[in-house]
Amino acid sequence: MSAHDHAEDHGHVHGGAAHGSFKGYLTGFVLSVILTAIPFWLVMTGFIDDKQVTAIVIMAFAVVQIVVHMVFFLHMNTASEGGWSMLALIFTLILVVIVLTGSLWVMYHLNANMMPGLHDMREMP
Amino acid sequence: MPDTLTRFIFGRLTLESLPLHEPIVVATFIAVALGGIALLGAITYFKLWTYLWREWFTSVDHKKIGIMYMVLGLVMLLRGFSDAIMMRLQQAIAFNGSEGYLNSHHYDQIFTAHGVIMIFFVAMPFVTGLMNFVVPLQIGARDVSFPFLNNFSFWMTVGGAVLVMASLFVGEFARTGWLAYPPLSGIGYSPDVGVDYYIWALQVAGVGTTLSGINLICTIIKMRAPGMTMMRMPVFTWTSLCTNVLIVASFPVLTAVLAMLSLDRYVGTNFFTNDFGGNPMMYVNLIWIWGHPEVYILILPLFGVFSEVTSTFSGKRLFGYTSMVYATVVITILSYLVWLHHFFTMGSGASVNSFFGITTMIISIPTGAKIFNWLFTMYRGRIRFELPMMWTVAFMLTFTVGGMTGVLLAVPPADFVLHNSLFLIAHFHNVIIGGVLFGLFAGIAYWWPKAFGFRLDPFWGKVSFWCWVVGFWFAFMPLYILGLMGVTRRMRVFDDPSLQIWFVIAAFGAVLIAAGIAAFLVQIFVSIRRREALADPTGDPWDGRTLEWSTSSPPPAYNFAFTPVIRDNDAWWDMKKAGYIRPLSGFRPIHMPSNTGTGIILAGFSVALGFAMIWYIWWLAALSFVCLIATAIGHTFNYHRDFHIPAAEVTQTEAARTTLLAAQG
Amino acid sequence: MASIATTAGTEPVFHLEEEHAHAEGSSTMLGFWLYLMSDCLIFAMLFAAYGVLGANYAAGPAPKDLFDLNLVAVNTAMLLFSSITYGFAMLTMDKGRVASTQAWLAVTGLFGLAFLSIELYEFSHMIHEGATPQRSAFLSSFFTLVGTHGLHVTFGIVWLVTLMVQVARFGLIEANRRRLMCLSMFWHFLDVVWIGVFTFVYLLGMLR
Repeated sequence: MSAHDHAEDHGHVHGGAAHGSFKGYLTGFVLSVILTAIPFWLVMTGFIDDKQVTAIVIMAFAVVQIVVHMVFFLHMNTASEGGWSMLALIFTLILVVIVLTGSLWVMYHLNANMMPGLHDMREMP
Repeated sequence: MPDTLTRFIFGRLTLESLPLHEPIVVATFIAVALGGIALLGAITYFKLWTYLWREWFTSVDHKKIGIMYMVLGLVMLLRGFSDAIMMRLQQAIAFNGSEGYLNSHHYDQIFTAHGVIMIFFVAMPFVTGLMNFVVPLQIGARDVSFPFLNNFSFWMTVGGAVLVMASLFVGEFARTGWLAYPPLSGIGYSPDVGVDYYIWALQVAGVGTTLSGINLICTIIKMRAPGMTMMRMPVFTWTSLCTNVLIVASFPVLTAVLAMLSLDRYVGTNFFTNDFGGNPMMYVNLIWIWGHPEVYILILPLFGVFSEVTSTFSGKRLFGYTSMVYATVVITILSYLVWLHHFFTMGSGASVNSFFGITTMIISIPTGAKIFNWLFTMYRGRIRFELPMMWTVAFMLTFTVGGMTGVLLAVPPADFVLHNSLFLIAHFHNVIIGGVLFGLFAGIAYWWPKAFGFRLDPFWGKVSFWCWVVGFWFAFMPLYILGLMGVTRRMRVFDDPSLQIWFVIAAFGAVLIAAGIAAFLVQIFVSIRRREALADPTGDPWDGRTLEWSTSSPPPAYNFAFTPVIRDNDAWWDMKKAGYIRPLSGFRPIHMPSNTGTGIILAGFSVALGFAMIWYIWWLAALSFVCLIATAIGHTFNYHRDFHIPAAEVTQTEAARTTLLAAQG
Repeated sequence: MASIATTAGTEPVFHLEEEHAHAEGSSTMLGFWLYLMSDCLIFAMLFAAYGVLGANYAAGPAPKDLFDLNLVAVNTAMLLFSSITYGFAMLTMDKGRVASTQAWLAVTGLFGLAFLSIELYEFSHMIHEGATPQRSAFLSSFFTLVGTHGLHVTFGIVWLVTLMVQVARFGLIEANRRRLMCLSMFWHFLDVVWIGVFTFVYLLGMLR
């Protein structure tokens, strides 16, 4: 396996396969323009009445756009660096999710338990 | 006018910043100054500066950098231990109205410095040094992936240590405990330089640690010799890989948290303040997201050491290699799911506490599996009780106790009783000394012959071993008892005279540990004196199993004359069994990285930057920052960073070894 | 590995005869990617801080009082344009055209500068209105998160200029190509972070 890895690495340094193509970059660009414009438009016009629904929709657009950038601009695929880049990315994403949701969960409970009642931090000086 | 000028030049650094009113510090300073002058004088007298600069400071050789990390760890161990024994002495005598001999201002700095130094500047350099030295040898590589970065990382770690040491004599260190919780560490309650020293020391060292983590991951993934698949890697390399993954994935967290604390202190933002919507509990939450993986960063490589040692000295292949690897990976991931157990008492409530309590208990499963793997490796093995094996057995007995008290603490209701008590202190010293330190001593005794070509003296090693092990039990078992009685940590004086006997016993244990450290130093000294008698010309003194034992001791700069091809786990054992014959001719020129002084220069500017920020010397901060960036950019214009060792030189080196081996018979 | 396995049966092979050179910089792309992952976690912490503290206005201004989505949209467009122009720089680099590579890099840098200028304008405007980083935890975390991204862009531009000088002096040699690829990853990574910023900070902020 290791021998294979090395053969691949050498190819990577010289080969241009990882750089993508004109078509790829343009597709990525058009997609991200669309995926950026729609959420801005949704928020600026208030097209959906329910704010919660709007929030979920724009977060979904963000996720899709991140994937688009990863694929078309960062050229992520399962083959690059023998899969290690993808593995590192997945591990990092798992940690990001743990850190973000964990912090929000923990801090919500801490605030609810330790700062009960009228301490609305929007208003507290 | 001159006053403003002085303030501009020196920031808040004044003559009063020197702790001349603390006789203990002054005495220490005089001792350190005399020792330092003697050392520098000796280096100058023996004209060693050029040698040190050329062969060591600017070296990009992973072996030399590894050894320098170990030296740093050892020096800082002496400092950290001085703090420890001062605390033990204070607590043993501060009864019946006695104030002891340390005032609270000094005592608070000591317990903070002890924690910070032991974790960041003793355990981390030791662990990084061991990985640096051993991993490339174990995977059959010539060096790490990024040799210059390796040198730079080392000097950044030194830079952090320099800042901590500077705080002893210029100004003061933090008085906040080793994690510097706000609001105590905020500017309101800690307006002095202590917390700033803490922040900048950790930030400077943290850069080095993160980069060295990236470096070693790349090395393990990319530089393995042909045939060494992931599941043929030695266990130490596996645990190093997982450790470095943890480093890369957790030190950024520390960097970010400390950056936010710095902003609170320097700019006046409100992340962790009590007012304007800040939330100090958020700091505690964030820093433990780093803090828990950190303890696994410390222990995992030592699990690897114990695996290598057990297997070698039992003369058997490691029992359950696959389960060992999976246990390590599982621990790596689980270590990110338990951080809240450090603050059960902060009030997250039942649902949160029970989730984190359960995940914590789950971690003991893979750890337990490892213990059983080592025991089964020993079972029916021909065990040789050499020094590394003795440390390993002591580890298994000691660490298991620490692990079990850890599971006790993982139960939230129990933690409400034991939180921040001496029981907790006893627990984590039990796992860190019993695990990390014992492992380091095992590793040092095991790989010393590889690094220097002669063994460590076994007699003084055994003296050190028994002093450490017995001293540990004397020092920390009383703390378990005191903790169960409700004594909290970081206390300077006590009212209840009935507690004193336990503190006296603990102090006695600390004295035994001091004897253990002294015996270790004597062991090194004696071994160097007796290096002829203890010499290991074979390069394989323990009948080893992994690749590092196939090369000479100490290994040549290029590690292996030919890149080895791996056919099995325990590659060297396989080679010995399959009738390996050392190649004697046909050597080729070897491609190697060149030495460079850029790493030490960059780290020097970083220290200057940190020092300037600590003392509000803004012009120096700006200047050193500009120099830092300029030097870094300048370095990228150097495209010639490598050279070839000519084949003739390789032939010569290998011929010398052939002669040595032949003389052996 | 296949060759090793076959030879293992007959006559064991323990080492390679030829020097087994790891190509210069063969680990660089992976190493840089790992660095980006660690940087990603720094941003994750700042996002977490914003997520937890972002509603603590402390009786001060809220997102609705401060953010101008038109400005953010223009800013986002700047970054998107710089991304595609960097992509073009990479494509011309593959073809070995030094002049057009340099031109595309320069355009990328200008878009980056435009982004920074707009961000600085926004910041100064907010500070002028009294919405300083010291005003509330919301503003502390806002300025730190967005400002850290801006610092990264600044660093990226310094790096870009350095690389342009190096390409001008030494041409599109192997080492310079590798460096340009690293900067490409860095630049596109900042784009990905910006997606998070405009979604979670600006758009969701306006919805609150």
